[in-house]
Amino acid sequence: MSKFLLQVNGKSYDVNAPADETLLSVLRNHLNLTGTKYGCGEGQCGACTVLMDGAPTRSCSIPAPAAAGTKITTIEGLELDGRLTRVQQAFLEEGAFQCGYCTSGMIMSATALLRDTHSPNHEQILDAMNGNVCRCGTYPRILAAIKRASGQASAGGGR
Amino acid sequence: MSLSELHFLGGASHSDSETKPQLDRRDFLKVLGGGLLICLTPDLAWSQESGRTFGGHELPKDINAWLHIDADGRVKVFTGKVEVGQNIRTSLAQAVAEELRVPFDSITMIMGDTDLVPWDMGTFGSRTTPTMSPQLRNMAVEGRQMLLEMAAERWKTDVSRLVAESGTIKTPDGSKSLTYGELTRGEDLVRTVGDPPLTPATDWKIAGTPVPKANGRDFVTGKHQYPSDIARPGMQFGAVLRPQGFNATMQSIDTSAAEKLPGVQVVRDGDFTGVVAADAFTAQQAVAAIQAKWNVPEKQGNQGLFEYLKNNPEGRADDSNSGWDEQAYAAADVKLESKYTVEYIAHAPLEPRAAVAEWNNGKLTVWTGTQRPFGVQEELMHAFQLPPKQVRVIQPDMGSGYGGKHTGEAAMEAARLSKAANKPVKVVWTREEEFTWAYLRPAGLIEIRAGARRDGTLVAWEYHNYNSGPAAIGTPYDVKNQRIQFHPAKSPLRQGSYRGLAATANHFARESHMDEMAHAAGTEPLAFRMKNLSNPRLKAVLEAAAEKFGWGNAKSTPDRGFGIACGTDKGGFVATCAEVAIDPASRQVKIRRVVQAWECGAIVNPDGLRNQVQGSMVQAIGGALFERILFGNGRLQNPFFSKYRLPRFSDTPEVEVVLLDRKDLPSAGAGETGIVGLAPAVGNAIFAASGVRLRHMPMTPDNNVIRA
Repeated sequence: MSKFLLQVNGKSYDVNAPADETLLSVLRNHLNLTGTKYGCGEGQCGACTVLMDGAPTRSCSIPAPAAAGTKITTIEGLELDGRLTRVQQAFLEEGAFQCGYCTSGMIMSATALLRDTHSPNHEQILDAMNGNVCRCGTYPRILAAIKRASGQASAGGGR
Repeated sequence: MSLSELHFLGGASHSDSETKPQLDRRDFLKVLGGGLLICLTPDLAWSQESGRTFGGHELPKDINAWLHIDADGRVKVFTGKVEVGQNIRTSLAQAVAEELRVPFDSITMIMGDTDLVPWDMGTFGSRTTPTMSPQLRNMAVEGRQMLLEMAAERWKTDVSRLVAESGTIKTPDGSKSLTYGELTRGEDLVRTVGDPPLTPATDWKIAGTPVPKANGRDFVTGKHQYPSDIARPGMQFGAVLRPQGFNATMQSIDTSAAEKLPGVQVVRDGDFTGVVAADAFTAQQAVAAIQAKWNVPEKQGNQGLFEYLKNNPEGRADDSNSGWDEQAYAAADVKLESKYTVEYIAHAPLEPRAAVAEWNNGKLTVWTGTQRPFGVQEELMHAFQLPPKQVRVIQPDMGSGYGGKHTGEAAMEAARLSKAANKPVKVVWTREEEFTWAYLRPAGLIEIRAGARRDGTLVAWEYHNYNSGPAAIGTPYDVKNQRIQFHPAKSPLRQGSYRGLAATANHFARESHMDEMAHAAGTEPLAFRMKNLSNPRLKAVLEAAAEKFGWGNAKSTPDRGFGIACGTDKGGFVATCAEVAIDPASRQVKIRRVVQAWECGAIVNPDGLRNQVQGSMVQAIGGALFERILFGNGRLQNPFFSKYRLPRFSDTPEVEVVLLDRKDLPSAGAGETGIVGLAPAVGNAIFAASGVRLRHMPMTPDNNVIRA
């Protein structure tokens, strides 16, 4: 077992977990932050994406102690005083989900993208988002939501 | 899995098709690869469709079983259907709000909780909109009538002088009004409901509009709790030892290393071996620490699979001849014979199977992801010898299923482990487990012989489907002389329902072959279809798709091809046009643009419908181009997302949907049939560009490269 401090969504958590336990498992099963999802366990689907010091990170693929000392943001940490971020708002407005299980990871990846690139072109969006899988196939709407959140007119792919 | 299970798992879709197989009425209880699957007679699925009895389960006819109005006017609606992303939590609430005359937001849908909702067969076969929606609307109409009568009684006036509007009964001049809550004071509405007249779609104000997804905000904030997110006080985590291959038998087992891990309890019960631990990580470690040796029997793999399916029938063929005349075929001017094949593919719902089970005073409660909460309840009742009241299954809106979550394996495992540990236990399957121990979309072989006259009139159609399934096996084209048969086979892998069932395979084969016939007859593919069609709904979607796409505006070239396909199943009509680009050097295919026209009667929620139709086209790309299960030696070889390619952003073409709203026709379901058109449209486009006819799904598994 290993003891360490995790900073998640502006709060500090004392964690006591096996040294090999993934960040995803600790977030979900120790801290009860279940908005971050398990999809594949090998960094292929993006459902577990969180931000570590702002960088999109597959929480299923790193041991939790490796995240100590970083600032972690999960989907639960985006809202500010009950206000959605522009990315969250855009997903809602475009109806960019069906079952919604991929949505947390999609929003985290898109949030990181738009922080670095304010007005990404289509290729840049594909590059940033291609590691996130939506099995329901709502990609056209997610693309439209990202364009909407970046202030670009929707390309009409959404609705 | 047997034919009957296959039918059961998705069988609700072919009640009124001419391909209904004759099956013995019997119950199935099968143990497959360590997972328990109980299957009811398929006749139950068909009887559900007729809307009468439900295999001994009488549907309640009283209002209070289906809806309740609280004293504050909030409306609770109870249904055994479940939300898996198809948006019925929203569309059913719209239908009830419409008939009850209440605001949409006043409705809360209580779904898939066996303690609270009327028995339901399950959520499959696109049945929610055509069957559950009218059921709930009936209740709402009768509820509204009762409220009108209650107000009339209070005011000593005639019912016909009162109006129901926005949760209130009032006099036409508005001088008197009472809210629904004031009228019911939270008491049950007790009345037996018959068949009251429903509001026609042309008068809809809430139904028929693009109401956003109910509780959508919970999905963008991470607040929604999926089955795998459920936590209970004192909950432990479980994991299950899996055999090394299908139908493996255990030779030896040593659990001592696992038992030495802190807080680990090993549970053995017959063939079942599992562990319980305080945290999920330790549970996984403990299972990995169990030393077990297995005998894995040799089984059929991908190599020679289609010959195997043809040569290993199970049960007798389902024959739906209209009368076959070999002479008519022989006399045709244009004759073509082809074989089409489809591989096994996985549903791969992003949330794998998951369950939390807890026992309280002999009562078992399980939260799990399933399309059949009452089916899972029944599995648990059988396994633990409990009456229905002692088993409660709750199905939180889940990370989808696509036909892949009819069974309750994780629920059963969590219940066994929880009973042994005497604590609530959560089991979440790994991705590898979900690939390996769930079930797959059947592989199949389809053989077609067709004949046409020189003018393009079809005169003979012979069609044999081995193992893939009978959904949408009948041709919608006017062919007098046809022989269509489904041949169930002994599947080497566990197989079952899938979104649209075999309709995808059957449309791929039929629409590819229609394209082959068109080219052989020297007729333009759209014109060839129209010439042989009389169904006005199918013709209408073909015309709509062709118009939006600009069909015929440009000719296919070696690096750019256009294809078209159409079809119908489960009350939905679809036509798809696709444009593909082919890289001349690498021969790689990219789907550039897809236009799909869709019609399923009166549209309940155009935005939700558009989302379903778009999504099914994107999902279809996987099965069409690259998804396939690789297997041999009794195990899967690619049970990981790193080895099983799913459609991604970069695979997604420009997607356009044309919805035809037929307010004069009853609404049909739309969760499935939108998936059938893409593969043949893309295959036909590839042929138009390259001259290469791809008759195998997936068509380009090798990095999207066309191989002749």
